[in-house]
Amino acid sequence: MNQSLNQPQKALETPVSRSANTGLLKTLSSEAILMIGAILMIMPFLWMLSTALKTPAEILAWPPNLIPGQFTLQNFVTVFANAPFGRWLLNSFMLATVSTVAILLTSSVAGYVLAKFTFPGRTALFMVILATAIVPFEVYMIPLYLSARNLGLIDTMPGVMLPFVIMSFGIFFMRQNIIASIPDELIEAARIDGASEIWIFSRVIVPLLTGPLSALGIFAFMQGWNQFVWPLLVANSKELYTAEVGLALFQTGYTINFGAVSAGSVIGILPILIVFLVLRRKIIYGVALSGLKG
Amino acid sequence: MHKPSPLSRQRWLFAYAALAPIIAIYLFVRIIPIGRTFLMSFKNWDLISKNKPFIGFENYSRLLQDPVFLNALLNTTIIAFGIVVISVPAALGIAVLLSTPRKLSAFYETAYFLPVVTSMVPATLAWKWILDANLGPMNQLIGFFGIEPQAWLVNPRLAVFSIILLSAWKVVGYNMIIFLVGIRNIPQSYYEAATVDGATPLQRFRFVTLPLLRPILLFVSVITVIQSYNVYTQVYVLASDAQGAPGYVVRVLVYDMIENGFRFFRMGYASAEAMLLLLIVMTLTILQFVFLRERT
Repeated sequence: MNQSLNQPQKALETPVSRSANTGLLKTLSSEAILMIGAILMIMPFLWMLSTALKTPAEILAWPPNLIPGQFTLQNFVTVFANAPFGRWLLNSFMLATVSTVAILLTSSVAGYVLAKFTFPGRTALFMVILATAIVPFEVYMIPLYLSARNLGLIDTMPGVMLPFVIMSFGIFFMRQNIIASIPDELIEAARIDGASEIWIFSRVIVPLLTGPLSALGIFAFMQGWNQFVWPLLVANSKELYTAEVGLALFQTGYTINFGAVSAGSVIGILPILIVFLVLRRKIIYGVALSGLKG
Repeated sequence: MHKPSPLSRQRWLFAYAALAPIIAIYLFVRIIPIGRTFLMSFKNWDLISKNKPFIGFENYSRLLQDPVFLNALLNTTIIAFGIVVISVPAALGIAVLLSTPRKLSAFYETAYFLPVVTSMVPATLAWKWILDANLGPMNQLIGFFGIEPQAWLVNPRLAVFSIILLSAWKVVGYNMIIFLVGIRNIPQSYYEAATVDGATPLQRFRFVTLPLLRPILLFVSVITVIQSYNVYTQVYVLASDAQGAPGYVVRVLVYDMIENGFRFFRMGYASAEAMLLLLIVMTLTILQFVFLRERT
């Protein structure tokens, strides 16, 4: 500090010139750290892809190679031939789609009513929804299983979908977005024009919420696709497995077919991977920052 | 204030008609099951008998003396905190490096975030091949450093470590993005002022970034612990033994709970376990709120 008062010019220059000397080195070393880290992060995926493309002989060879000496698609054929893998993928897709549509519907309706209507018990209702949002699914999954069993929903597709038609966070998320982005005057104006409440919701409110709805939709779809514990409990017959459950059970046999399981894993990841790569920025900054977690 | 007119009646009707089915679903899939877990945890019930005698805190006191449960609780706790210890500093480091704009920023963000969106079963399977004792590249890698091949998934200690490693890999990108946004929200003038005062990059991190990120650091750490306490899928897929019976090598809380409930039909016992899981999660959440409120 003293120095900078006496010789301000020099003091200001020193850190700059020092960083210019070592700047290139620093940039290179931090770039190297990031690059090595990034390669380590994607290595498990590359390894899985490589295993999926290897011949059985090469999978069992030591030392293992990342790049297959001989490429084969046989493993992809095997996984569809030896297991109803297509069916499992379809089930995952159905679970994710139905869950997404239901969550978007319930979240936007409940969010709208909680944001724009005053009625007795509104605050209490909202607090209950917030409080249950922190309860992990595993805590209440056994009683939920018993309720589903009473309704005869075990080993049915609706039973697999049951817990995922509603999302506490989705309701909270839509409510906050509606409060922030839709003025009361807009709704009042529509009412004065004689519009019905349903018309206002579907024609005025929903079109203004495409941003938050698509963020929530992406998250709900990924959440549905990635479910594991509940489908594992509820789906008993093979035809009802999701891709997640099918893969997990497929790999616990006495003889593990590394190649086929890897091929199945590659296909199981693919839909989410495509969604992610297409909507990368939206997912990283939208989904991560709204406090959502997959 | 207003007198109820036909118009406002229509509003009320809409509000209640719209909410009623949602509340009904909500009750059925959330509130009632949570309540039943709570009530069942004080009862002794084998799923079949009509009688569900109320036994007070007996399930809880038996749990706290059950070596199998205590082992599962210990394993889960080690895993949850292990994930934080690895993933939080790594995420912070990457976020600091990524906070300056780079040509490859988009690639780095994608690479680090990719495991977050990947479903757990395929992600775990990928690691299972990597850690395979006979054919996996992990043993090849440590071989370069002269280390003997290890039974990563069979040795219980190494299996716990493997689960921590895999879970940290899965979550590090999420934590990184939260840190990255936190760092970008720090006013640039703070850094300029520190630079003028002659602070080195390390000092800028130590005296500007770190103190300002403290609330986010706490948030990320607690969230990671909470999310890690219900670890199950990784264990199910990764730690299966040679016979294909999953989860025996490393017993975790949710695994123990599912086994007590669905294999031994000890419903009250399993519910008490679930309540203890909830207690842990709630304690951590409340602690976080208290700390964050004090700081702001």
